[in-house]
Amino acid sequence: MPERIDYWGIPTTWGSPALYVYFFMALACILLAVRFYQRARLWWRVGRQEVRWDRLHVRLGRVIKYAIVQEKVLSQKYPGIMHLGLAWGFFMFFLGTALATINSHFIKILQGNTYLIYKFVLDTFTVFFLIGAAMAAYRRFIQRPRRLTLKPGFVWSLVLVVVIVLGGLLTESLRLAVERPEWAIWSPAGWLVAQAWIATGASDATLTNWHLGIWIFHLLTVGLMLATLPVGTLLHILTGPLNVFFSKLDRPPGRLAPIAETAKHEPIYASTLNGLTWKQLLDGDACTECGRCQDACPAFTAGTPLSPKQVILSIRDALRQDGSTLVGGNGQSSILVGKRIKDEILWSCTTCGACVRECPVLIEHVDAIVDMRRYLVIEGRMDLELQGALENLGRYGNSFGQSERMRARWTQPIQPPIKDARREPVEYLWFVGDYASYSPTLTDITIKTAEVFRKAGLDIGILYDAERNAGNDVRRVGEEGLFEMLAEKNAAALSKCTYQAIVTTDPHTYNTLKNEYPANGDERRPVLHYAELLDQLITAGKLKFSKKLGYKVTYHDPCYLGRYNGVYDAPRRIIQATGCELVEMPRHGDRSFCCGAGGGRIWMTEGEIQERPSESRIREAVKLDEVTTFVVACPKDVTMFRDAVKTTGNEQRLEVKDLIELVHAAL
Amino acid sequence: MNQDIYVIVEHLRGQVAEISYVMLAGARELAKGSGGSVVAVLLGHNAQGLAGNPSAGSGQCLAADKVLSLEHPALAEFTSDAYQKALAGLIGKDQPRVVIFGSTSIGTDIASTLSVRLGLPLVSSCRTFSSDGKFVSQICGGKIMAEGVLPGPTTLVTMVPGGYKAEQGQSTQSPAVAQVEVPALESLRVTLASYIEPEAGDVDIAKEPILVSVGRGIQNQDNIQLAEDLAQALGGVVCGTRPVIDQDWLATSRLVGKSGKHVKPKIYLALGISGAPEHAEAITDSGAIIAINTDPAAPIFNIAKYGAEMDIFDLIEVLTAQVKAAKGG
Amino acid sequence: MNIIILAKLVPDLVEELTIDPSGVALDMAWLRLIINEFDDHAIEQGILLKERGGGQVTVIAPDVEGVDDLLFTAAAKGADRLIKITGDFAGGVNNHALARAFAAVVKELQPDLVLTGVQANNDLDGSVGPLLAGCLEMPYVGYVSGITLNDGKSKARKEYPGGLIAEMEVALPAVIGIQAAEQPPRYVAVSKVRQMMKTSAIEERAASELDPSGGAAISRMFQAEAGQRATMVTGNADEVAAKLVGIFKELGVL
Repeated sequence: MPERIDYWGIPTTWGSPALYVYFFMALACILLAVRFYQRARLWWRVGRQEVRWDRLHVRLGRVIKYAIVQEKVLSQKYPGIMHLGLAWGFFMFFLGTALATINSHFIKILQGNTYLIYKFVLDTFTVFFLIGAAMAAYRRFIQRPRRLTLKPGFVWSLVLVVVIVLGGLLTESLRLAVERPEWAIWSPAGWLVAQAWIATGASDATLTNWHLGIWIFHLLTVGLMLATLPVGTLLHILTGPLNVFFSKLDRPPGRLAPIAETAKHEPIYASTLNGLTWKQLLDGDACTECGRCQDACPAFTAGTPLSPKQVILSIRDALRQDGSTLVGGNGQSSILVGKRIKDEILWSCTTCGACVRECPVLIEHVDAIVDMRRYLVIEGRMDLELQGALENLGRYGNSFGQSERMRARWTQPIQPPIKDARREPVEYLWFVGDYASYSPTLTDITIKTAEVFRKAGLDIGILYDAERNAGNDVRRVGEEGLFEMLAEKNAAALSKCTYQAIVTTDPHTYNTLKNEYPANGDERRPVLHYAELLDQLITAGKLKFSKKLGYKVTYHDPCYLGRYNGVYDAPRRIIQATGCELVEMPRHGDRSFCCGAGGGRIWMTEGEIQERPSESRIREAVKLDEVTTFVVACPKDVTMFRDAVKTTGNEQRLEVKDLIELVHAAL
Repeated sequence: MNQDIYVIVEHLRGQVAEISYVMLAGARELAKGSGGSVVAVLLGHNAQGLAGNPSAGSGQCLAADKVLSLEHPALAEFTSDAYQKALAGLIGKDQPRVVIFGSTSIGTDIASTLSVRLGLPLVSSCRTFSSDGKFVSQICGGKIMAEGVLPGPTTLVTMVPGGYKAEQGQSTQSPAVAQVEVPALESLRVTLASYIEPEAGDVDIAKEPILVSVGRGIQNQDNIQLAEDLAQALGGVVCGTRPVIDQDWLATSRLVGKSGKHVKPKIYLALGISGAPEHAEAITDSGAIIAINTDPAAPIFNIAKYGAEMDIFDLIEVLTAQVKAAKGG
Repeated sequence: MNIIILAKLVPDLVEELTIDPSGVALDMAWLRLIINEFDDHAIEQGILLKERGGGQVTVIAPDVEGVDDLLFTAAAKGADRLIKITGDFAGGVNNHALARAFAAVVKELQPDLVLTGVQANNDLDGSVGPLLAGCLEMPYVGYVSGITLNDGKSKARKEYPGGLIAEMEVALPAVIGIQAAEQPPRYVAVSKVRQMMKTSAIEERAASELDPSGGAAISRMFQAEAGQRATMVTGNADEVAAKLVGIFKELGVL
């Protein structure tokens, strides 16, 4: 009868092998635990408090989804399959060893068919693992993609795990070569390798000796792996799932955390490691250095000093080097901002969230960058242009430095005048936004928007002079106090109005009104982007088009509409309804490539860059044959991409249109 | 009562400043009504020659009825304490109808202090006067004008350029010079340590015939390149207003304005410049000012020959391309 | 080193300026008052001097709309003491009156150095700085863009046209009129200003009287007339560019 034999071929002359194994493994595990604790305690000793223990069931669900099934890793095919081979292989071997232990001491489950299935599964995963390892070797030595860290430490880890798995395969194959049971075929890989042993003609005794040698070696390498796990590149096996478990739940992606305060209500700024939360320090240790964030980052692609991967690793390195002295209370707090992480690195971020979307272990790069920016703002460390924009926002409520009274000047040619939401109740309060109101090149799109709303028969009003910049990017720049001031003014103006829902044309405005303003975005008074509203009207048959435009278009998902708020389909349905044919760019949906204006970048000096993100995006669009129109749903996108079309010399090839322009033309 | 109009002549390192002639022109207007003389007050050391010598090269003399020369070594170079003390004595004694100072680094150092010290009223930023003793002053960046009657019996004023042309204050006859006793100038609290020359700079914009000038409207340093491209296409040079230089987007040698250079190019292309007085006074001698600005109320359009109400960023590259094409690629 | 900075609030030129019904003054209804840009530089220069050489910085401003924000912002930048001069400023006061009001307080504080902006956009009767110097019989140097202090002596870099600078040695105590600080005025986060509102106090001093004598009497205030307006070129970018090229040719530069 097939059954698992404990310690096959291991002599008992020097005592029970189990004792040696358990003793040795205990030692290795103690080393693992101690070393891991040394790393982990730095997180909560150095970092500041944060509550992340709530809703355990949701967190566990995330661990299953991201750490076990590894959905995010699979978003890229080659490395996804590669890593799954390696990781699931190891999950299975771990499970297998656990089952073997239970089998040997508690219940004899591994016998009969169960045992055969057990062997088959393990063997399959061994093959799967080895394929993954081969793919990994190819990737690391031949392909050498830029986003990886090509350092020896990673090679050692790969070698170590391959050696371990081969050890397992070889010992199995040697046992099979000696025993040659009828059910050997249930371990296909092992049986295949066993043929080689058999072919050598070595005696059973020799084979058993080899088995012993490799088995001991296997034990030692496993011990080595466990003991070095907390200090090597395999640390992510523990910190990855931990990071997923503690990932943020309490707020939607589009909402930033407020500034932390001490017990005395004094603000805490993240200039040093102490200013970061323990979770942000864990982020550093969870990073696998895969570099997917870097690849997706528009600032990195443009050639700015920012690499989201390096920001996280800087935190990790700082903790490694200065962590213990900080805990011991010795020395000054390690200054992070300005030293390891230079000001310009932090200012280069557009807060597009592509890094967060890509990260397989759910690191929250944007939150850390914004936290550090808050420190820079308090210190007044920013370029003069940004300073000017913030001063204008503070004084005039818009970044253009124009009077509040000019905000509604664009409405002058409109007859009859748009309702004043301050004076009369309206169904939809249209929060227009700075760019749509003040930028002279965008005024005609704003007017078209008003016309579309009118033709759709909507009861719309605006705040006229009472509107202020909603503050989304002010917050992302790190000027929390200014954001509060703007939000207070807007909230006060809104509270005096009677409306059913807010509609806005700017995704940035949309994001903050929906996610960060109190008492908004709930069921009773939703915040809608115009794409959502028009989509609803089209579906309900209230908005009908008289023409089919027939353009071949591509659509750029705005970061704050798509990635941050999940609105992908509504704009696409609208495009379809206007009779246009949509061709997707490779980077679409939640992979959309930021135009480069967000995070306050549009208010800053551009600096030295190699290629603007917007230009890279236009080049991507131009590769789509026959696409003549580049459709966007954000006024800043219109500005950025129209400029990019000019600077890349594509004026004859591609026209940039806001979604509302298509709707307007098709009505 | 003394009905003379006194003009405090400004000079720097042996050169009479242009504002002095403008002041004399204004003084002449006032003197017509008051019936008094135009008196140029010249403080300095061995400075009488500045009154003007028709045969000595510069050809221009102060258009004054007479010159009062106050000579003292301590007055050789302008310092506020010495000049103020010297003039306090003179004005206190003579009590003229009006004393005109320049609204400049020199004049404003002393006019207000004398007003308090001597208990005399002061009207500043005057652009023009009328013979019936009225003044018109400008405030709020040149957007608002204020008119009134110059208080009697003696009043101090500071003048800005723009209301009169320098030629109106110049004459071919050199006026008579009278020496005035200067009080003892001791324990001076302000002394000149040294002059620091402006950095040579690669270009002297005052000599360039084609200038492409940028103001706040250029928005950031990166956009300066657009102006450079246009200037290169035209064969000219880029310069800028105070805000642009203060942000280090252009070198100090490229500053056009009250504290910078006065320029007289054939064409002055003003991009995104509002035309505030401190800048305007430095460019009014240009052959033709061409202004591009989105604000139709910008004061620059009042001194420009041609203008276009549009966004400079919509125009610059198109214009550069067309200029290049006109020159033959 | 005891440094005092005098600041006033002036009309914001971003807004449209109109004349009030009396015809001799600006219409205050739509007027926004903001800190005089040159006084902002004076505050920056004062803070820089304190950062370099130690001392105390006091900022004084008249009690008009927006003064609290001005003073708290100065405190957030590093000013130690904030003083507001109360009085009948509602109708607007001229610089002679303001200077006299300042003088009373400044005299009491016995500073080493007084800094203020060299001019303001609404000056009609001289500037506050030199008027104050006259009241207190202190020396005055204006158009200064840099100051160094050494043992009770000061050196001021005075600007002349054409980029020429004169280094003046000024005996202290003195009044200096600032054209530009050595670095642009720093940014202060809104939260810092708000924090100052809670932790700093503004002292009040009543102006004994606001004596405007020495100022000018305005009989009429009006908006500058267009005068000789430029010939406007119209059209889209291409059309305007083409017309300009034509003008360049006419003028002989192309």
